[in-house]
Amino acid sequence: MSRTFLGIPVHRGPGSAVGRPDEPFGPVPHPVEPLRWGPSFPEAAREALKNTRLRGNLAHATSTIRAKRARVVDEVPDWEALRDAGSAVKTRVLAELPELLQELERNVTARGGVVHWARDGAEANRIVADIAKAKGADEVVKVKSMATQEIGLNEALAEEGIGAVETDLAELIVQLADDMPSHILVPAIHRNRSEIRDIFLARMGDAPPDLSDVPRELAMAARAHLRRKFLSAKVAVSGANFAVASTGTLAVVESEGNGRMCLTLPDTLVTVMGIEKLVPSFEDLEVFLQLLPRSSTGERMNPYTSLWTGVTPGDGPQEFHLILLDNGRTSVLADEVGRAALHCIRCSACLNVCPVYERVGGHAYGSVYPGPIGAILTPQLTASSGGVSGHGDPNASLPYASTLCGACYDVCPVKIDIPSILVDLRAREVDADRSHPTVWGAAMKSASWAMSDAGRFRLAGSSARAGRMLARDEVIHHLPFPGSLWTGSRDLPAPPKQTFHAWWDERERAAAHPEEDR
Amino acid sequence: MTDARTEILARIRAALGGGDQRVIGSSSDDRQPGLPITPQPADHVREYRTAGEHAPGSAEVLELLVDRLVDYRAHVVQIPADGVAAAVAAALIPTATGTPETVPGAVNGAVEPPGDGLARAPRAVVVPPGLDPAWTAALADAGVEVRTDTREAPLSNAELDSAAAVVTAARVAIAETGTIVLDGAPDQGRRAISLVPDVHVCVVRADQVVQTVPEAVRLLAPEADRPQTWISGPSATSDIELDRVEGVHGPRTLHVVVVQGP
Repeated sequence: MSRTFLGIPVHRGPGSAVGRPDEPFGPVPHPVEPLRWGPSFPEAAREALKNTRLRGNLAHATSTIRAKRARVVDEVPDWEALRDAGSAVKTRVLAELPELLQELERNVTARGGVVHWARDGAEANRIVADIAKAKGADEVVKVKSMATQEIGLNEALAEEGIGAVETDLAELIVQLADDMPSHILVPAIHRNRSEIRDIFLARMGDAPPDLSDVPRELAMAARAHLRRKFLSAKVAVSGANFAVASTGTLAVVESEGNGRMCLTLPDTLVTVMGIEKLVPSFEDLEVFLQLLPRSSTGERMNPYTSLWTGVTPGDGPQEFHLILLDNGRTSVLADEVGRAALHCIRCSACLNVCPVYERVGGHAYGSVYPGPIGAILTPQLTASSGGVSGHGDPNASLPYASTLCGACYDVCPVKIDIPSILVDLRAREVDADRSHPTVWGAAMKSASWAMSDAGRFRLAGSSARAGRMLARDEVIHHLPFPGSLWTGSRDLPAPPKQTFHAWWDERERAAAHPEEDR
Repeated sequence: MTDARTEILARIRAALGGGDQRVIGSSSDDRQPGLPITPQPADHVREYRTAGEHAPGSAEVLELLVDRLVDYRAHVVQIPADGVAAAVAAALIPTATGTPETVPGAVNGAVEPPGDGLARAPRAVVVPPGLDPAWTAALADAGVEVRTDTREAPLSNAELDSAAAVVTAARVAIAETGTIVLDGAPDQGRRAISLVPDVHVCVVRADQVVQTVPEAVRLLAPEADRPQTWISGPSATSDIELDRVEGVHGPRTLHVVVVQGP
């Protein structure tokens, strides 16, 4: 099948989650549900682990960023106090969310902005499309934003005949490759420089034919490619890192200047923001503007941060729309343990330190939110459609995508206790599944029966010794079903030659008759 | 059907209201609605540093700012109060008059970036309406066109794109993070003028340099509704293998002129 790439992401049919043989770059086509695609985590992880190039790319990138982060965090004497403050501010935001949202709305409106509310992704997409159409725009420029990824905005706009041009370098790489992001901060982290060069040469249209794989040259190619679009765009779409309730100020944190281009040059700006992204007062920014850059890119400060309040006459967009997005957040809020996931400021530090993420990459999580934070956020955001409790829902397997090592908690700038929430979500998943008979449940039941009686336990112990026949070098690699459910993914130590009971009896006998010891 | 605003606010209130307390690790109870959140007391929130140990404009703070800016590959000069015009001219005359030179800010000062690099023809230097005219006097003397951009009579995007450079003042600078903040005051201008031209010369007075982020935020807070741009070095990206590369869409070259003395 031949296909002409028009710069617009292709919207694939429902259920298409498996790579196509004629897809040269992306094993991951655009899913219908950006928060739920592909097989369950264990299945996806097994496939991802076979990809040695992916593992090499990820190991290189994550070790680079870990070292940078550690260096710039170590030089901040009050880092722990800042983390405490970040956590406390976010706790307060959730407690006072209705009042703060209305305060934000009042202040944005007073400064000439228009505030919209969207219950779900479809409603938000509809609002953006209507604004673009009203402005007669068949193309919008976009600042990288997780909220618009989460709601599949680009695909929804494409269906309305509106092209969405991603302007962040990594998002551009992902878009040109017709791929999905695999990291919150660096969506193309799974690509190395030579893959990126190949993508640009094949898909950009105006890439210099002698383009090398030197990162600087690749960045210059992106600059030249997007320059004209920036200077002529009528409508821009962004997310927001923070919104200040007391002033109505919005903040976008970025590096390349593509954000500034989008937030400054077009006449109309539409910002899509999750309802939890608030801070109460302007001074709260002093906390997060220290925590975020050091945690995310490992820089003392990111190159550019833009702050704007409504409309400024004669400077920047003269029409500003703010869309406040729920899309599952209120159901996360309803759980007093899991709601801490809404403290997240999307720095991605937890991804970079996670031993699981480093090996399987972002696509295995089947959500635009991968890694440890994704493992707690994705199931909860999709809870109303079975993300936590659905029997067989791929998202219900995400809380198991962790070794519970705790590295994510240590680096989290707002101290989200990810390991505890993972454990809690596992418990919720198990509870929800109790009505379904499972092999695991049956095994636990029979173990409970055997262990609750001394005679039965003794018998079970001595019969387990038969398992030694299956062992090689004191390890059992394969058991017949149902034991294969265990040995399919891990080894089992061989049972000892002698049970504890037998050893104890022998010891007692020897003590009673020492002369027989020889 | 209720409107989205009413419904979302109702959902939030339902999620926050009443319900039995649950602790982490417990399970198998009914989970909704959630427990009201008790925020930590406000005094706990502000235990971090709200000011540095060095005074604004002190030698220590200036040294720190220069160190951070150089780390971002910005070009920094420290000059006395009467040296601004000469410093601006030194930064821009080779660019604006088309004198061949190695592009500043390039990696190791050796690699000239491809793409839409600096043209060789004489080009204008853009200034905001409130900039001290003395600062660009030496440029004008050298035959460089100095164009003023105002909110009322803005230059077009194309005009800004063809300009060689922009010269602005600043509102405040943060030493620890190497950050300069512009807030759209008349000597800093519209956001677009410090964005589209490829070279930005920013003049910072020593007394505008504070040590920490909170000091700057508190200075900016009274006029928080002004559009602010926080600039920490030339534009950059870490999107390719998480390696930092300077120079993408924003100005690829940043000159910071730190003015000492009164």
